[in-house]
Amino acid sequence: MDTTGTFLLPPSASTMAGETDALFYFLYYLSIFFFILITGGVVVFAIKFRRKKGDISTTKGPSHNTVLETAWIVVPLILVMIIFVWGFKGFMKQSVVPKDAMEIKVTAQKWFWSFSYPDGTSTANELVVPAGKPIKLLMSSQDVIHSFFVPSFRLKRDVLPNRYTVTWFEALRPGDNILFCAEYCGTKHSEMLGKIKVVSDREFKEWLDTNANAGADMNPADYGAKLYTSRGCVTCHSVDGSTGNGPSFLGVFGHEVALKGGTTIVADENYIRESILNPQSKVVAGFQPIMPTYQGLLKDRDVDALVAYIKSLGEK
Amino acid sequence: MEIQQTATPPSALQHHYSDIEQQHDSAKFGMWLFLVTEILFFGGLFCAYAIYRSWYPEMFHNAHKVLSVPMGALNTVVLIVSSLTMALSIRSVQLNKSKQALGYLIATFGFAAVFMVVKYFEYSHKFHVGQLPGKFYFYDGIAGANPHQFFSIYFAMTGLHGAHILIGMIVMIFIMIKLAKGAYSPQNYAYIENFGLYWHLVDMFWIFLFPLLYLIG
Amino acid sequence: MELTNSYPAYNYLNEPKGLKSWLLTVDHKRIGVLYLICISIFFLLGGIFALLIRTELLHPGADMMTADTYNQMFTLHGAIMIFLFIIPSIPAALGNFILPLMIGAKDVAFPRLNLASWYVFVGGALFALYSILTSAVDTGWTFYTPYSTDSTTSVISMTFGVFILGFSSIFTGLNFIVTVHKLRVPGLTWFKLPLMVWALYATAIIQVLATPVLAITLLLLILEKAFGIGIFDPKMGGDPVLYQHFFWFYSHPAVYIMILPGMGIISELISVFSRRKIFGYTTIAFSSLAIALVSFLVWGHHMFTSGQSELSTMIFSFLTFFVAIPSAVKVFNWTTTLYKGSIILTTPMLYAFSFLILFTIGGLTGIFLGALTVDVHLHDTYFVVAHFHYVMVGGTVMAFLGGLHFWWPKMFGVMYNKLWSKIAVILIFIGFNMTFMSQFIMGSQGMPRRYFTYMDQFQPLHGFSSVGAYIMGLGLFITMFYLLASFKSRRPAGANPWGALTLDWQTTSPPHPHNFESTPKITHGPYDFDQIAIEDLPEDPENGVYVKEEKEKIKA
Ligand code: HEA
Ligand code: HEA
Ligand code: HEC
Ligand code: CUA
Ligand SMILES: [Cu+2]
Repeated sequence: MDTTGTFLLPPSASTMAGETDALFYFLYYLSIFFFILITGGVVVFAIKFRRKKGDISTTKGPSHNTVLETAWIVVPLILVMIIFVWGFKGFMKQSVVPKDAMEIKVTAQKWFWSFSYPDGTSTANELVVPAGKPIKLLMSSQDVIHSFFVPSFRLKRDVLPNRYTVTWFEALRPGDNILFCAEYCGTKHSEMLGKIKVVSDREFKEWLDTNANAGADMNPADYGAKLYTSRGCVTCHSVDGSTGNGPSFLGVFGHEVALKGGTTIVADENYIRESILNPQSKVVAGFQPIMPTYQGLLKDRDVDALVAYIKSLGEK
Repeated sequence: MEIQQTATPPSALQHHYSDIEQQHDSAKFGMWLFLVTEILFFGGLFCAYAIYRSWYPEMFHNAHKVLSVPMGALNTVVLIVSSLTMALSIRSVQLNKSKQALGYLIATFGFAAVFMVVKYFEYSHKFHVGQLPGKFYFYDGIAGANPHQFFSIYFAMTGLHGAHILIGMIVMIFIMIKLAKGAYSPQNYAYIENFGLYWHLVDMFWIFLFPLLYLIG
Repeated sequence: MELTNSYPAYNYLNEPKGLKSWLLTVDHKRIGVLYLICISIFFLLGGIFALLIRTELLHPGADMMTADTYNQMFTLHGAIMIFLFIIPSIPAALGNFILPLMIGAKDVAFPRLNLASWYVFVGGALFALYSILTSAVDTGWTFYTPYSTDSTTSVISMTFGVFILGFSSIFTGLNFIVTVHKLRVPGLTWFKLPLMVWALYATAIIQVLATPVLAITLLLLILEKAFGIGIFDPKMGGDPVLYQHFFWFYSHPAVYIMILPGMGIISELISVFSRRKIFGYTTIAFSSLAIALVSFLVWGHHMFTSGQSELSTMIFSFLTFFVAIPSAVKVFNWTTTLYKGSIILTTPMLYAFSFLILFTIGGLTGIFLGALTVDVHLHDTYFVVAHFHYVMVGGTVMAFLGGLHFWWPKMFGVMYNKLWSKIAVILIFIGFNMTFMSQFIMGSQGMPRRYFTYMDQFQPLHGFSSVGAYIMGLGLFITMFYLLASFKSRRPAGANPWGALTLDWQTTSPPHPHNFESTPKITHGPYDFDQIAIEDLPEDPENGVYVKEEKEKIKA
């Protein structure tokens, strides 16, 4: 089993990868063949028929040859038709989602991924899936176009705003796989990375269970601190006072915040809650209204935990 | 090395053509190619129209009702007549009747102006009631999803068409001046003839726009 | 041929005189030179952006610029290279100069339109440059919505600039089509045309048919951005993918606007420097037209992962393979032309060889991308970046440089330094392969494009690629210097230093203001090396030994 990848291709970790790789290598060797044919022709002829010094004659090579010319129309044509059918068959397989696939919702936004499971569990930037089970991804974006790209699965699909795109995969074995954003989406396009963590069926069930009541055994502020990184707040908000895409959380709570339009407001629990669930309603002065809404992405308990966490930072 | 002096060509003949016929043929061929680019230019919008209409057939049907068919029909007639006067103007040049040609061209210009005035009334009404493209849309009498799309397309198409009429009118002024100076003759009328081709094409666009926008079945 | 080999006192460069005579010229040769100056500057500018990109990518993380600056760098690099350099490069600069000469005409059909096209080009370029100076665009050269409609950078002035540039391209194309149809010298039938003319003709067809669609697309994008008309805006019920369809409907044919004229140049070079009739003239001529026509039907291969329907995906993939066949035909024909030739390794010929080798690699990797499942993996990775640099730089730029070295003596009447030009071509070839071969590997390993920073595992290859870019840059700078130096050395090139048979070589170098002193006569086909005994075929033109006559002078 290929777990390290080759010189040309990354490890292949999905059921799709084998077929893609086979075609890739077919193309690769075909290309090597034609490359040697052409380059070889150029080099050999250039040496063999190089003009001697002082020679000013012209030559009479053949000016056409119907058989030869037909041959090099027909042979490549046959070859590319093979390639076409091969590629298309694989593509159809990728397009038809198996009926028993588990559906996970993928939301892309500047610049992180969130995943929500059928049971309501949700994660950011880390997708945990069982090996050997088909997974259907129902994807949409909150802002611009992104693209869901997992090299080791040979999988890529654009994620569009106001529309769902669908794809699926079946991971071969437990392990971590990197997830890239492959459609240019702005400043942090190159840092919009995620992880696909493939685990065994049993581990997956355990993980779902612990997640269903995650944070139950923690105090809200600590749990909030965890969510702060796992839900992607960290991409825009610092906790050390430095300004990123959004204001720092340090010292916000309980203090006056200047809003766009000249008004001010004291940051209390309600304000924080509103900022998370409906960020566009009160925009902090000096910032772009780019924060996505977390309505429906966070459970009530999560919002409370985040509020508690931000509160703890404000009092410091 | 001196420039070769051939017999001085008639002034209308440019130095790189061997005779006036070749020059005419080239000008006409060039004009046809230009018209092809115009068709493709508008073609993009017709494409967008087709796509949106197939997405929101209901809305398109409802939205077209707010357009004034009498006004659109009037403009259609006006443009068709202007095409006719344009053709007559060219014919007059061919018959060496410059004065008559000028008269017909002024008539064409007049019809174009009428067209623009009617457009002005149509547009200002729409501005007033908020039947505007995209985010400016504030009219609410049209049922169906995204009625502003209809007006985005309506204004893009008729706006581009109107711009073509305006450009045509400006060129007409130049031609009028030249006609008045007697610059065209039965031997040399390629310029006005090519302009005529442009004018017919612009009319033809309207003949497509009218049913597509005003008369959705 | 009784043409002298000394520098003619009376030529298009010095008659008439004065800056005004240049700025108001309607002479296609001068307009070609004006274009050449502009595109060289833009090539340099785009190249500087490329070197900045490569320097930033030496190591992961922020070395010398922020992520936002980087995003602006690659957008400007792409937009300048595509719209300001490569599209006008061969048709508007070299083609303008050479096309009327090749068909024995005194000028193009519409000389004033030709001048207008140059001014429109400069106007469009100013808008594009304005957007660099204010707040550089950061959308990628493709201006995808909704990113471009949301972006706060000066997208409008850039896209408006590109909109204007489109007209310059349409004017050139329109002019060429009419010129080829109407102004061929008597006796020059279609199948006696040099293949460069066929190629420019096919290019012109695409320019005329595809560019208006880009114009309307960009107009809609500008309206969208300025007034929010909502056609492409998903929030308002518009469709961002529609923009992609519109964009690629132009931009795929545009890649053949880039390569076809280059292919024309290669046909000339290979035949002249093999001293042999080109193999399969008719197939090469028709394959240019075939490419031009089929190129309109494959745009969707840029959108295999965008969620278009399976049916359209299938059709686009199928047709993509179809369009590869005419290119294959050409490559095979050129290679066969070398067989039993009498090959002279001049600098232009070395560029032609580079083209053959590099374009083959670029084209074959295009086949990878046309194959659906493989493209799903490779789309928007460095594999695509490497593919298009192999076809655009390895193909078009090599052909452009080959053509420039080939016609330089014709355009300016002087010959450049042989030794330096060979050093440069070797540096460019090696540097280029280092830069982009490594990107194929990175791409198939999964390195996405338009990434400001990357995972450590890619550092060795990125570093290697950057070093290659510096070597290639060095080669190009050397080229710039020895070409400019050739004006100072003033070594006269002679009317026909290469011993070519097309009409452009049957006038003085630099040519007479009206191209030919008397209407040229067609006595043989453009490649009939076998039917003709050329007495004074040059022996070693690049070294100054370009004709018998001159040799004797030296002897005496
Ligand atoms: C000069 C420009 C140029 C040229 C000539 C080509 C030529 C081709 N291109 Fe390329 N392409 C680009 C410029 C060009 N391309 C650019 C700029 C992009 C990216 C834009 C962006 O996203 O920014 C791109 C992207 C691109 C994609 C989209 C990739 C993606 O984003 O996922 C695809 C997919 O099909 C593709 C395919 C092809 C094919 C099949 C050819 C064919 O025409 C090649 C034909 C040539 C050969 C095949 C070689 C010679 C033949 C032989 C030696 C014979 C043997 C051959 C066979 C048996 C087949 N190209
Ligand atoms: C004609 C087109 C063209 C050319 C020539 C080049 C040339 C080069 N490109 Fe370009 N490139 C593009 C078109 C082109 N590129 C496009 C369209 C993109 C996509 C942008 C996007 O994603 O939106 C891109 C993207 C791109 C990337 C990917 C960025 C990313 O995705 O993050 C990289 C990275 O290495 C790169 C590198 C280079 C390098 C090193 C060169 C070198 O070859 C450059 C060498 C040139 C010089 C150093 C200049 C020297 C010139 C002179 C001295 C003038 C002399 C004059 C005469 C001889 C007449 N390019
Ligand atoms: C894409 C960037 C981005 C992400 C991700 C993001 N925010 Fe924000 N956030 C902003 C910006 C920008 C502002 C300021 C403008 C505004 O108020 O909308 C802001 C404002 C806020 C405010 C008000 C702060 C103040 O100083 O008044 C709170 C509270 C907040 N965000 C919480 C969160 C939480 C909790 C998360 C994660 C669950 C999060 N944000 C994720 C960008 C982001
Ligand atoms: Cu998200 Cu790139
Ligand atoms: Cu393409």
